[in-house]
Amino acid sequence: MLRFLLTRLSLIIPTFIGVTLLTFAMIRLIPGDPILLMAGERGIDDARYAQLKAELGLDKPIIIQYAHYLNDMAHGNFGKSIITREPVFKEFLELFPATIELSMTAIMIAVLIGLPAGIIAAVRRNSVFDHAVMGFSLTGYSMPIFWWGLLLILLFSVNLGWTPVSGRMAVLYFVEPVTGFVLIDAWLAGDWKAFQSALRHLILPAIVLGTVPLAIIARMTRSSMLEVLNEDYIRTARAKGLAPPRVIGLHALRNALIPVITVIGLAVGGLLGGAILTETIFSWPGVGKWLIEAIRRRDYPVVQGGVLLSATIVMIVNLGVDVLYGLINPRIRKGR
Amino acid sequence: MTHRILKAGMVLAGAALLAAPIQAKTLVYCSEGSPEGFYPALFTAGTTFDASSRPIYNRLTEFERGTTKVVPGLAESWTVSEDGQTFTFKLRRGVKWHENRNFKPTRDFNADDVIFTFERQWKPEHPFHKVSAGKYPYFDNMDMPKLLKSVRKTDDYTVVFELNAPEAPFVANMAMDFASIGSAEYAAAMMKAGTPEKFDLEPIGTGSFYLASYQKDAVIRYKAHPAHFRGKAKIDDLVYAITPDASVRYAKLKAGECHVMPYPNPADLEAMRKDPNINLMSQEGLNIGYWAFNTEKKPFTDKRVRQAMNYAVNKQAIIDAVFLGSGKAAKNPIPPIMWSYNDDVKDYPYDQAKAKALLAEAGFPNGFETDLWAMPVQRPYNPNAKRMAEIIQADLAKVGVKANIVTYEWAEYLKRARAGEHQTLLLGWTGDNGDPDNFLNVLLGCAAAVRSASRWCYKPYDDLMQQARKIPDVSKRTELYKQAQVIFKEEAPWYTVAHSVVYKPVRKEVIDFKISPFGQHEFHGVDVK
Repeated sequence: MLRFLLTRLSLIIPTFIGVTLLTFAMIRLIPGDPILLMAGERGIDDARYAQLKAELGLDKPIIIQYAHYLNDMAHGNFGKSIITREPVFKEFLELFPATIELSMTAIMIAVLIGLPAGIIAAVRRNSVFDHAVMGFSLTGYSMPIFWWGLLLILLFSVNLGWTPVSGRMAVLYFVEPVTGFVLIDAWLAGDWKAFQSALRHLILPAIVLGTVPLAIIARMTRSSMLEVLNEDYIRTARAKGLAPPRVIGLHALRNALIPVITVIGLAVGGLLGGAILTETIFSWPGVGKWLIEAIRRRDYPVVQGGVLLSATIVMIVNLGVDVLYGLINPRIRKGR
Repeated sequence: MTHRILKAGMVLAGAALLAAPIQAKTLVYCSEGSPEGFYPALFTAGTTFDASSRPIYNRLTEFERGTTKVVPGLAESWTVSEDGQTFTFKLRRGVKWHENRNFKPTRDFNADDVIFTFERQWKPEHPFHKVSAGKYPYFDNMDMPKLLKSVRKTDDYTVVFELNAPEAPFVANMAMDFASIGSAEYAAAMMKAGTPEKFDLEPIGTGSFYLASYQKDAVIRYKAHPAHFRGKAKIDDLVYAITPDASVRYAKLKAGECHVMPYPNPADLEAMRKDPNINLMSQEGLNIGYWAFNTEKKPFTDKRVRQAMNYAVNKQAIIDAVFLGSGKAAKNPIPPIMWSYNDDVKDYPYDQAKAKALLAEAGFPNGFETDLWAMPVQRPYNPNAKRMAEIIQADLAKVGVKANIVTYEWAEYLKRARAGEHQTLLLGWTGDNGDPDNFLNVLLGCAAAVRSASRWCYKPYDDLMQQARKIPDVSKRTELYKQAQVIFKEEAPWYTVAHSVVYKPVRKEVIDFKISPFGQHEFHGVDVK
């Protein structure tokens, strides 16, 4: 197990370097200069422009800039936003709980619905239920998130008035941020109404963000279950006279879960991507919306630092999934 | 029995819910983005000013809400010397500062605060100059470092500004956001505590609202300043719900989750007009969208060619197709809501025969080939430059001129335009201080010619500009600017396209909201039913 962990950890360093190189190069490949964008029609005189460029370190050769950037990263310094002049790490910490809260809820919805739906579809193969689940999941998988989000807002918020349109909590309520997770903060403050409001605000964005992973999990669970159900040991279990729920729940599911967990792990990475769109539609104050804004304004330090921090989170999640995977599947743990 | 108790409980709960809004009057504004910070002098974005200078701070002079008229603010009155270089401001007494958990003011606003505000931005050796990365873009842009000679107080309630040259718009400049007055006492206290940047992040002002809390990208909360010198605001709580997407803002407005929203999608305007709960307010903006000719490059060095361009293009077609009716055809470089607008100027009519004749006279009977730059972004003065360029291109083809549409990424576009790489280009301007100088001189004067879109320097016009800058008297300046507009039309360095109309959808329960010609949002004096 230790060797397994060490191998996985040693892979993180090259991945890090890859991420820094990619974000550093990509944001500079997009045309546009942060200083000129800030100045707009009003323009800026040449001396002042040169001075600002020097202050931001953008006047140096690109290789030197990259070296400085790597050096700063190595010292845990993510730089300051060109726009707000606040440290990137501080802004990230401020916004990240919102993204986590949304992503966790989304993945919970996806697992709680996707897993049972996939299992039932596999057990009742070729039934109406099976076809319905597969049909829905294909639709869900192919749905453009932006369109889907606006559609739900129009139906549930504007026409039916059941859920709020956007934001994390109604503006009437205010809870002191302790953890940054609005649900937990409202609960800690004992403000039941604020908690309800936060929950109501969470429903639509979580459904929108959870749609794609839900579809993937349902499909994956179904096919993996089908494969396992045909294995010899399942037949043996059945022949022993075990009750069907026990066969499916204990013998089949445990084995079928291995690929499903991998998929869930991968979906967490995908969620951060989906969060960019979902957060924009629902004005959800998270990391995704922050990064989009930073790209638009060519706020280099925020894009570089924000992407790197997000990538770190994804890597940690994937590492966790790998470890979990090893725990479930001894074949992997033992390196065979 | 249980049922009855439940019912009674529900009635009580219902009554409590109904009673809740009466406790405090709250206005929710669905703003379009997060502010860059809370000290306006450090920034240039309207979104930042809406969240900082307008609710939190005051200035020596201010714009009357909904107009470009300059009225007393923290200064009760002012005088200008004969030579137009010395401005003396008499300050208001008894103006109270906000307080927060870091700071309790011990004195009212006075001349030290004014001096602190300007010296911080002006003098590199000032202890606060470098705080928060110390860049003051608007102060620089308005040429204040070159203009100011000294700022001093003669007593606690009198401040004297001496300038290096006469500058008539100076009083209006003092009403701009960068000139928002901060507390010298707060600055000193934060410096002493070793946290000078708190001055910029946790603002203390004299404005109608004080900052209660801010969650980045989510919500800004303000409370009414009870001791404001114009009296407490009519609403108790002001909330900015940050909502970047225009469709979502509209959905929130419809659902009653906010009272006022800025920047609606043009496509939504029709539905807003029909909505019984929404009052769609509109006003001509303080802006101009133009098509400029590079007067340094052939064939646009010839006035006749520029005039021919003015005859050749159908303005109404552009207003209809690009502005979807939300624009007003422009004939002058300044909008009609600005003082000194010359309504006697006659615009060039759409007359392609006349255009051809002028081209022939200038030696181009078969037309010529030119570039036509179109901006890649939507701006308040031009919702769709690409479409506009296509219409112009089609009209030009009819008079034998082949125009090639060119576009670049926005920052690159501005950079190349300033370098004068274009022959003709679409651009525009939104006013800063409501002074005609801010359009007529800043965009068309000789000093601007090295970087302006038309690179036009015409002495008879520029003489009028220089003369008008030196006279404080508005009626005399009006005369000069009116003459300048006549010269401009005759020389035709631009084809003036349109002044766009600004729309503000506001819920019916909002009372007395006014659209600012500067595009800003102000809530002192606004009430909710």
